[in-house]
Amino acid sequence: MTVITPPETATLAAATASRSTAFWRLKGFPLIPVTILLFIAFVAVFADVLAPYDPQIGSLARRFKPPVWQEGGSWAYLLGTDHVGRDVLSRLIFGARVSMIVGLTAVLVAGVIGTLLGILSGYLGGWADQVVMRVTDTWLALPALTFAIFLAAIVGPSELNIILILGLVYWTRYARVIRGEVLSLKQREFVRLAIVAGCSKRVIMWRHILPNVINSAIVLATLMLGVVIVTEASLSFLGVGVPPPKPAWGLMMADGKKGLMVGYWWLTVFPGICIMLMVLSANLLGDWLRVKLDPQLRQL
Amino acid sequence: MKQYIIRRAGYSLLSLFLLSLTIFLFVRVTGDPIALLTEPGASQDDIEAMRHQFGLDQPLWMQYWHFVASFLTGDLGQSFYYRTPVLDLYFQRLPNSLLLAAVAMALSLLIGIPSGILAAVRVDRFWDSAGKIFALLGLSLPQFWVGLVLILVFSVYLGWLPSSGSGTFLHLLMPAFTLGWYFAAAHMRMTRSSMLEVLGSEYVKLARLKGLPESLVIGKHALKNALIPVITLAGINLVVMINVAVVVETVFAWPGIGRLLYEGVTFRDFPVVQAVVVIGGSMIILVNFLVDILYALIDPRIRLES
Repeated sequence: MTVITPPETATLAAATASRSTAFWRLKGFPLIPVTILLFIAFVAVFADVLAPYDPQIGSLARRFKPPVWQEGGSWAYLLGTDHVGRDVLSRLIFGARVSMIVGLTAVLVAGVIGTLLGILSGYLGGWADQVVMRVTDTWLALPALTFAIFLAAIVGPSELNIILILGLVYWTRYARVIRGEVLSLKQREFVRLAIVAGCSKRVIMWRHILPNVINSAIVLATLMLGVVIVTEASLSFLGVGVPPPKPAWGLMMADGKKGLMVGYWWLTVFPGICIMLMVLSANLLGDWLRVKLDPQLRQL
Repeated sequence: MKQYIIRRAGYSLLSLFLLSLTIFLFVRVTGDPIALLTEPGASQDDIEAMRHQFGLDQPLWMQYWHFVASFLTGDLGQSFYYRTPVLDLYFQRLPNSLLLAAVAMALSLLIGIPSGILAAVRVDRFWDSAGKIFALLGLSLPQFWVGLVLILVFSVYLGWLPSSGSGTFLHLLMPAFTLGWYFAAAHMRMTRSSMLEVLGSEYVKLARLKGLPESLVIGKHALKNALIPVITLAGINLVVMINVAVVVETVFAWPGIGRLLYEGVTFRDFPVVQAVVVIGGSMIILVNFLVDILYALIDPRIRLES
């Protein structure tokens, strides 16, 4: 890797500019994973323009067409068609949108709940701490997927419900880590000085604690993105996630599973590769961020 | 020590209480519990009768009391689909889950421990990197994806292994590997870090100073101590494995607890879903408690702390 260029000191603008270029040259920057994630995000945003067909409408006349390079495939359907004749490529493209929306919002929901409760619990201590931590311990004992299935069985499947369920299942991961950080921040000079200066608890938590735990929250969020996407895909695969006929990758695999034994491999392999690439990329980026931004989280 | 056990037991009981409260409140507060607790397609009269039978016309705390009392007496309700007590169904499936978990655990340790040692002894060399990739894949790949690819390769193309069902040892291989990979990754990481710690300790240095061959230092002196945390983790994970196999068991149609959960969801058989979640959570709380006690027995620092 190239050496990091020292920031120019002439102007502030120049300094920030060169710092941002230096950022890309940092040792071990996960260029490929980030490119993949950006590509999936791009596809998700422009799905309407990119997809050659409607992802939800097929025609039985052209079902189970193999990918273009296999015998019987055609250029019209690059990656083949599924059991009701829908274009696999178009469904993958729109599936990227589902994964991105569900993944990012669920991580955000879990992050906001977990970070806020973690700060409250760590800073206030006493009863609030006991309650939050006992609930955290208990919910962490429930296997995440089982808990999510249980909740999905109660509220029924929809995209919004899946986001809420994932937020509810995964906030505990943030709460525990953030609380630990807050406990050590509480002992630091600047917080004590703020107390002496007469800042209210709310101001201290909002102005002094929150900015200092945001880094950890971001690292956790990146690491959670992969986990959340796998859980969403698993829920959809089991039929309690994103309801059909929406094109979610997990759902596509569940549909494709029936055709696997007779050789319709493209129905499961392509969405599988998409999930794999997205999750691997998110995890690699998260690992890198963890080491770079937050050495304290290294053993996480 | 006694005090420590009592306090830990108190925490665990509190956790069990919170678990039951969580399950109870989610069922009652979100939506209409009667829609979940009665069979789909029940008539209006039936629904009224059920409402009374489940005590849904009573105050919430009374309902909670009945809920806990019936669980404690082993009455987990009746399955809508199978028309048998849920607990019977659970115990019918449990041996299959245990078998799958045991084989998956054996595989995960057979892969995880040697590769973890190798990675620790050869830090940043080829085997360490290979191990890291293996672990990363194990922790990132969705289990249904691994399972379906295995089916595609070993059942559809090669025709070596049966794609689903149970009965023979061959049926076990693919589900056990799919389930075990994730845990092999966790066990590998644990072995590696624990081994690295032990290799830096005084007594290992002494053993080396005495001129013992490296194989003996690692294989005998270091390994014994390095394995303690790995075995503990494996103990917890065995219980976890029984409860997280829902995807694997669905892919391979393996008749265990996970498959029961899947059927519960598909057939809208809510008592089954509820039972699997409650029993699973309780099991894990219990094993965490046991591990805490075990650790305190081994290491006095833990029980004196806090």
